[in-house]
Amino acid sequence: MKNKTFIMLFSTVLGAWLSVWQSDLCHAAQMGNEKRQTTTDHSKHKVLQQEFSTGDDITKACLSCHTETDSQFHKTIHWTWIAEEGEKQLGKGGDSLNNYCISSNKMNDKGCSKCHTGWNAKEGEVNCLLCHSQKEVNWDETFEDFRFFKEEGDDESKALAAELQGNIHKAVTDIGLPTRKNCGSCHFFGGGGDGVKHGDLDSSLTHPDKMLDVHMGTNGGNFTCFRCHSGKLHNIPGRIYSQKAYEDRRSLVEDDTISKITCESCHTATPHKENAKMNDHTDKVACQACHIPDFARVNPTKMSWDWSKSGRLKDGKPYKTKGPYDKENYLSIKGEMKWEKNVKPEYFWFNGSMSSLTTKDVIDPSTTVAVSQPNGNINDPDSRIFPFKIHHGVQPYDLEYKTLLAPLLSGKDGYWTTLDWQNALQKGMDFSGVPFSGKFDFVKSTFAYPTTHMVMPKANALACTECHVRTNSRLASFGELYMPGRDYYKEIDFGGWILVFGAFAGILLHGTLRFFSGKRK
Amino acid sequence: MEQKTHMNGLYLYSRYERFWHWFQMLLISILIVTGLEIHGSYSLLGFEKAVHVHNFTGITWLVSFFIFIFWLFTTGEWKQYIPTTKKIMAVVKYYLVDIFRGKPNPVKKSIDAKHNPLQRISYLSVISLLLPIQMFTGILYYTYNEWQIWGQNFLTLRQTALLHVIVSFLILSFIIIHVYMTTTGHTPLSYIKGMITGWEKEKL
Repeated sequence: MKNKTFIMLFSTVLGAWLSVWQSDLCHAAQMGNEKRQTTTDHSKHKVLQQEFSTGDDITKACLSCHTETDSQFHKTIHWTWIAEEGEKQLGKGGDSLNNYCISSNKMNDKGCSKCHTGWNAKEGEVNCLLCHSQKEVNWDETFEDFRFFKEEGDDESKALAAELQGNIHKAVTDIGLPTRKNCGSCHFFGGGGDGVKHGDLDSSLTHPDKMLDVHMGTNGGNFTCFRCHSGKLHNIPGRIYSQKAYEDRRSLVEDDTISKITCESCHTATPHKENAKMNDHTDKVACQACHIPDFARVNPTKMSWDWSKSGRLKDGKPYKTKGPYDKENYLSIKGEMKWEKNVKPEYFWFNGSMSSLTTKDVIDPSTTVAVSQPNGNINDPDSRIFPFKIHHGVQPYDLEYKTLLAPLLSGKDGYWTTLDWQNALQKGMDFSGVPFSGKFDFVKSTFAYPTTHMVMPKANALACTECHVRTNSRLASFGELYMPGRDYYKEIDFGGWILVFGAFAGILLHGTLRFFSGKRK
Repeated sequence: MEQKTHMNGLYLYSRYERFWHWFQMLLISILIVTGLEIHGSYSLLGFEKAVHVHNFTGITWLVSFFIFIFWLFTTGEWKQYIPTTKKIMAVVKYYLVDIFRGKPNPVKKSIDAKHNPLQRISYLSVISLLLPIQMFTGILYYTYNEWQIWGQNFLTLRQTALLHVIVSFLILSFIIIHVYMTTTGHTPLSYIKGMITGWEKEKL
């Protein structure tokens, strides 16, 4: 037994020693542009050459060949907007809320439904073209105009109708796998505008430089979203509220059937040069922590939103003002907000799952309410130190029931029209199906977003001393973790230096005495 | 062993022993300089480089230390480190008092007793205590990621690092005094010359 331990230790030591000599044999895979192959030309399909006057008709044409897609798609969160978590109904179609536009009131706020994957929210068919057409079309407007001009019947109108139908035809027949633009048309604009929500997702990623994102960069890997979010049966992998983006930590090297959603899927758990100290970090530190030094590097992202300041009028009218980055910093209908660029993330333990509140959860209004926060801790082997955008909000809550409130925003009864909190909250909570006492105030809140896009080229990863440093360490708050360079005991260092300088003083004294006693002699 | 003498000198240190001494001096100097940088005391090479150099040097030292131990036991030189209290007080008195009065060192060196009793005790504690502790905590520190597989829970990372820092201060203090003591020979440089050439002149 003892022998075995000794041999193990010795071979480890010797192996480590020898491998220092070895040069790096593992070159990063070259990421070239990948031309996806397609076996069909949609412009040749007869069923697509008909005249379309509604979205549902288009989808029916799609389904005549792709027979199972709608039943598959109806089960995904892209359609349901609901993620079950135990008793909780999370999601925009459920009871979730945030500290941006707060809630979609169970999809009753029509303003939010623009991003739903149907032609008309959950009524009717799936809008296949939203994700699969390579042409961007404002469908509602186009169909409305087409029907109008067709009905008019005069020559000029006929010509216009034909032109519109031509645009429809182009969009219907130019079909492919979703591009960054397709996914981005919703995900880059989360929270109601470009870069509002995520910080690591905005329209700058439509045609990014590799310095913005080494994988998606058009001069880098030119990855589309689904290169990593590669789904099966229209289920797109990715974190969904409390649900982790991945099932296990294995890489494609170990199992080629797993999803490619994590960094480790392709890069493995030891992605650095053999024997590099960085490989020893991957048990505690997520790749993102070092490889995304900051986010919102091209477009600014919203960092705070104070709803309590909304409702001010100028000359009896709602107004808005602009601040840094030419971004609105006050709107009567929304309140006060701050935008930032090149934001340093905040770091937390994260096991891939988030805890988020719903309209039904009781809060403690004396604290800053964490509407969404990462799950994880130092003792959890699945947890890593992970970068986050923390969005600070001030939002309404029920003084009596101690729950966060979901106002109705758009529409004629919405707050954006009426600037009447009482009414908007009542309408919103009615839609949400949650009681409202009628008494409300505002509470400070935070909303955490994991930062996982905008990965920089490896040369731009964080230097060791961003964290391993005594002052201003990015991980200053991780006190329970021992980190060389950051941590030391004042008493030990003091004692140590006393010893060292004491030794110096001693030899100096001894030497001086020797020198003079020698002279005297 | 046959004692080589020449011009009032003794051939005390064999070629390997001299090489080992200076090689170890080099390694320990590098370890202290890079170690203190990793500890956060200053910035010199840059953290990443300091870590790399420190690890490489540490493992080199460990391997060469095993060779030294092998040499110690195969040559019987380990006997030089057997502690003794005989004449120890005389040596202490010599360094504290008599040295200022120009009195000779009470212990004469010979090929079978290169070290005075004070040296024996201090070298023995360095070789058998400080350095092994430092190597042990260093190896633990280096292999931190294997702890879980090994089931190592004897020391936490914090305790390991703490011990490593404490012992490094002790070693640094030892070196300061050790270097000074080499100037207490026949002439200030005679001991150092002895460790370079192998030949050491004793005071007459």
